Amino acid sequence: MTASNTQQMPAAASRANETLLSIRSVVKRFENREVLRGISLDVAPGEFLTILGESGSGKTTLLRLVAGFEQLDSGEIWIAGDRLDRMPAYRRPVNTVFQSYALFPHLSVFENVAYGLRAARAPKSDIPARVKQALDMVKMGEFTKSPPARLSGGQQQRVALARALVNRPRVLLLDEPLSALDANLRRQMQSELKALQREVGITFVFVTHDQEEAMALSDRIALLRAGRLEQVGEPREIYGRPQTAYAAQFIGQTNLLRTQVHDGVACAGAIVWRTFEPAGTATFSLRPECISLSHSGGPPQSGEIATARFRGRICAQTFAGASDVLEIDCGSQVVRARIPAVGPLSGEREFEFSSADAIRVRDAGS
Amino acid sequence: MPEANVYSRTYKTAVTVPPLLWVTVFLLVPYALLFCYSFWSVTPAREIVHLWNLDNYADLFRNSMYPTVLFRSMRIAGAVTLLALLLGYPVAYYLSFHVAERKDLLYQLVIIPLWASYLVRGYAWKTILGSDGVLNGFLQYLHITRHPVEFFLYSPFAVVLTLTHIYTPFTFLPIYASLEHVPRNLVEASHDLGSSPWQTFWRVIAPLSLPGVLAGATFAFVLTLGDFLAPLLVGGPSGIMISNIVVTLFGAAYDWPKGAAISLCMLLIVVGILYLTERIERKFSFQ
Repeated sequence: MTASNTQQMPAAASRANETLLSIRSVVKRFENREVLRGISLDVAPGEFLTILGESGSGKTTLLRLVAGFEQLDSGEIWIAGDRLDRMPAYRRPVNTVFQSYALFPHLSVFENVAYGLRAARAPKSDIPARVKQALDMVKMGEFTKSPPARLSGGQQQRVALARALVNRPRVLLLDEPLSALDANLRRQMQSELKALQREVGITFVFVTHDQEEAMALSDRIALLRAGRLEQVGEPREIYGRPQTAYAAQFIGQTNLLRTQVHDGVACAGAIVWRTFEPAGTATFSLRPECISLSHSGGPPQSGEIATARFRGRICAQTFAGASDVLEIDCGSQVVRARIPAVGPLSGEREFEFSSADAIRVRDAGS
Repeated sequence: MPEANVYSRTYKTAVTVPPLLWVTVFLLVPYALLFCYSFWSVTPAREIVHLWNLDNYADLFRNSMYPTVLFRSMRIAGAVTLLALLLGYPVAYYLSFHVAERKDLLYQLVIIPLWASYLVRGYAWKTILGSDGVLNGFLQYLHITRHPVEFFLYSPFAVVLTLTHIYTPFTFLPIYASLEHVPRNLVEASHDLGSSPWQTFWRVIAPLSLPGVLAGATFAFVLTLGDFLAPLLVGGPSGIMISNIVVTLFGAAYDWPKGAAISLCMLLIVVGILYLTERIERKFSFQ
């Protein structure tokens, strides 16, 4: 184990050193309201980073600061050794895919995509080939002459992507680009977007309020809450090891257990388990799928102190295909469990979970 | 068509009859009369003879005064249009894109001349431009000129100046409206793709505001072409416009048939202009 650790260390370190976009202590106010309260975030080259947050969390503002549509009040933004926040938007080596696409209505699809090339004074003879390549990349090669108004939402989305990618930006910024599409198209575009990002190797900074989308697409997620970063990490890491109650609830579903810890035992009403956390009040996150029906009956054996058991009355059962979601009333509180579909259940049952699955989280409420 | 029943017969009658009546009484009937008159003639004793002939129209080409005055009117209208655009567009652009606070106040300041009576504004220019007017007094006070400059007043120049002042708000309004409708994220997208503010103006904002420019230009041109008060107040003999002739023919000269013939020609010109600008405007509107 130590051997594998030492082998991985240099690789991890070099990746951490290799920063393309660096956001440092950024503060942004509108009127007197602080929208961003000191954001620091590094993005590695080729990374797919998602800024996830509910509306009003400041995620779009952060993106607009990087794009140059807003000016920050304090802090710095760097890109590969250059100070980005002091450049006007039109000099920044980043491009944006807008939520509402923002295609130029008076220009054809071809001219929309060529717009950035013309602005960058690309050689005239190169333009048709580069536009075609960009449009082919998003499967819109046949629509060059149409005005944007004749395209469907999904098609406009693709053109907007091609237009933003044609100049080969250092970083592509995407502001909820899929939110206007219907569910099916959205899923399809998600996988295409991910494939496209791998293909072009450009760093993507993607803003969304949709946690499933964030988990499906991202290398890393930066969870933003009311202008502060709540947690930054890989999707599995945030899901498996949420640091705060908010992160646990926002990414996936969870049960928050507010407990008193005494002598290595956490106690949330009828639910009791062994823990290494210090004494005092503590909040734990326990994912519904970590709870299962207990078949052993009787108290836990001395050998299995890692397993916690509790009794509760099933007060609701929701069929969800491969699994059932149970709402279990265990006196002090109601917890949710997701178990493999077993048919209708009712009455009082015994449940169990591995105490390692109860993750201690920071909780503003406790 | 089930939704046809949403509106009752009474409601439909109530909303369609008044405008139809209006159009009939105030447009169709007068134009029909005008049309008839233009083919009639008048005796030396100023009696109208209901004899159908084309003499009035032939006379418009035979007598060189009419084309001369018409072309002068169009030149004046062209000059006013150009000046109104040059004044109105920058103001509209500045107000729409670069004013955040007190936008309404500035907007009202531009519009306020519209609330003042036309005659007041006309007479104001008369007092400013006259030989003992404000401008001449000022120039002599500064010893730039020794004697009053006569050509300020009673010249085509005075007509252009006065009408530019009067009609610039009419040009400003549609331009401002079209600029307000330019989606701001298009401007951001243009900057994002590497276009400087200057390039963005020419490639995005100007083309998208073209319908407003056309509408504003049409306002200024058509209103100037039909104007007869400004030439009367500040134009003098060299500033006479085509509408002054029409007024004289219907009034002092009492030659309604010829007046009607000129009016119909004017009407055709104006309708032609409106048709053309409408076509171009439609081509450049993308909503």
